[in-house]
Amino acid sequence: MSTLQPENPSIERRIALQRVGRIDPESIDDYLAEEGFVALRQLLQSANPDSVIEAVTTAGVRGHGGAGFPTGRKWYFVAKADAPVKYVVCNADESEPGTLKDRLIMEGDPFSLIEAMIIAGFTVGATTGFIYLRGEYNLARHRLENAIRQAEAAGFLGRDILGSGIDFSLHLHSGAGAYICGEETALISSLEGYRGEPRSKPPYPTQSGLWGRPTLVNNVETLVRIPPILRHGAAWYRASGTAGSPGTQIVTLLGDVNWRGVVEVPFGISTRRLIDDVGQGVKGGALKLVQSGGSSGGIIPPEWLDLPLDFDSGRAGVVLGSGALLVCNAHRCVVDLTTVVMAFFRAESCGKCVPCRVGTVELHTLLQRLTEGRGTLRDLSLLETMGAMVKRTSFCGLGITAPNVLLDGLRHFRDEYIAHARDHRCPAAVCAMQDSAWGELPHLATVG
Amino acid sequence: MSTILLTIDDRKVHGESGETILSVARQHGIPIPTLCQLQGASTFGGCRLCLVEVEGIAHPVSACNTPIKAGQRVTTQSPALRADRQMVLELLFAERNHYCAVCVQNGDCELQSAAAQAGMDHVRCPYLSPSLPVDASHAQYVLDHNRCILCMRCVRVCAEVEGAHTWQMAGRGIEARLVADNGVPWGESTTCTSCGKCVHLCPTGALYRKGASVAEMQKKRGFLLRILEGRELGRTGEEPTDDFLVPTVEIRS
Repeated sequence: MSTLQPENPSIERRIALQRVGRIDPESIDDYLAEEGFVALRQLLQSANPDSVIEAVTTAGVRGHGGAGFPTGRKWYFVAKADAPVKYVVCNADESEPGTLKDRLIMEGDPFSLIEAMIIAGFTVGATTGFIYLRGEYNLARHRLENAIRQAEAAGFLGRDILGSGIDFSLHLHSGAGAYICGEETALISSLEGYRGEPRSKPPYPTQSGLWGRPTLVNNVETLVRIPPILRHGAAWYRASGTAGSPGTQIVTLLGDVNWRGVVEVPFGISTRRLIDDVGQGVKGGALKLVQSGGSSGGIIPPEWLDLPLDFDSGRAGVVLGSGALLVCNAHRCVVDLTTVVMAFFRAESCGKCVPCRVGTVELHTLLQRLTEGRGTLRDLSLLETMGAMVKRTSFCGLGITAPNVLLDGLRHFRDEYIAHARDHRCPAAVCAMQDSAWGELPHLATVG
Repeated sequence: MSTILLTIDDRKVHGESGETILSVARQHGIPIPTLCQLQGASTFGGCRLCLVEVEGIAHPVSACNTPIKAGQRVTTQSPALRADRQMVLELLFAERNHYCAVCVQNGDCELQSAAAQAGMDHVRCPYLSPSLPVDASHAQYVLDHNRCILCMRCVRVCAEVEGAHTWQMAGRGIEARLVADNGVPWGESTTCTSCGKCVHLCPTGALYRKGASVAEMQKKRGFLLRILEGRELGRTGEEPTDDFLVPTVEIRS
């Protein structure tokens, strides 16, 4: 991607993106020249898989798919599971709208993912790995296929890796374009050849995952952090970031900013610094809100811009999620934004559970009424009740996070929703309101 | 296996490790509403009606797939749970075309009784009123998509008990549809054994036996004249020429 600019050390620190843009991603020689496979070689020589879990735990790596689960604990669970066969799965089904971090890594430094997966396999005792790649990522597929071939030819993949007696084979699987398959149990169902639907947890994949075997499922960005940590140590990794979220995080900055793109920054940076120093300021008007973490994330109002971005601030309201930051200026309508987000979830719900399958459609229908000037205050109150209900009762993370933007919007911009529902007016002049609320005979149920 | 002690609705109850909250509650006579749950088939967890509150967990959990834990404190009835269950049912009624008055299953429908028990007396959200087909291609049975709640009971029992794997789910989200043999009319399915398990386990009127639905009964109004004709023949000692459609009627002169 052309959006990656030279590193700016005053704000950036590249760990996951260290080689992206600097090496030829289709050449294993380039990778080897940049410390490639050094961590793996050292590990195979030391033959001490426990040291990896210790290093990952001490470094404090947390899952970068959005949930922030401690990676060291996940690896420990799979490593200690007593089973003859285990699997390592890389969740590369990056489908969160506005999130491009995993794509950049796989397109720019595919060998680092392969090295990380071999290390993961050796650590937890798995000899087979799968990369579940988002179906639309054609360039990433091409580069990963090429990288797997070259790694096999160079003896890093396959039987008896580098004479260590360790085997590891890696398979690439392209998804068919379903957001739900980013949910780890739905991903496993899909990989097994079944319909991509989430499964009950427990049992967690670490106990019973792919084909019922203990399975380590990690995001791309999480995995590629492991080789540099093994190489330079946990203290080196913890040199940036916060106590609860050490290290760095890749942020995809988009929307109304003067510079859009992907940047790797230490955890704890404020949204304001990202917008001002990386994004070079808001474009086209004053800042209205930032939608963080993709469609499943939340809304950061202007008064929260100085809060640190990390996994723990999520409790205060700032959702980091996948690291996407969508900046909206004053000319954007929050009801319109919410409607677009809900249309996404309506289309992506798998249909397994009632609240998500029907709830997202009902919420979208009610929101559409608001944007068309046909809404009522009664619709607004139902939106709030139902949004909270869908969040509370859905089967998996998709339904649980689908109402986030709606509920955050109501929390921070209630007046704007009321203007749409009661006065049939869009304060940002985005929504094409009908001339009259009574332009067509309303459904009886809409009379508030 | 080991015995686990827990509390459900302030009652001290016990179960074996690996059991779910739903199964332990049922063994102790504590009712929890369900729709997709089917004893004898795998757990699905999609209907969300069996939601219960567990102390220490912020959101409600489904009782059908949550294993019991020692010391767990479970609440099966609360105003919040009642409201959530009511809205689950409202969403189901709004999703497709559930008109009890003209439904084959009226009076013996699990969706209808779940709504009655939950006190769901109206639907607050817009009815989606989709235009859905009825598949009457099978010789004995009918699939009415208008009544389907996607509980997957038919899919599970067909795969797990009958072993035919006729039923599948196609499409996603609100477009999800039950399909036979990956999308052929039911009557053209080469895997269906016509065993009828799916029909009898369907909680609503989505799957039913032909001849059972509203206005499908055909009355045999010709019987009266034929009885009278039979009497006439009896009197004259001739054998009846017509086959009598009401065979149990005894003819006495």
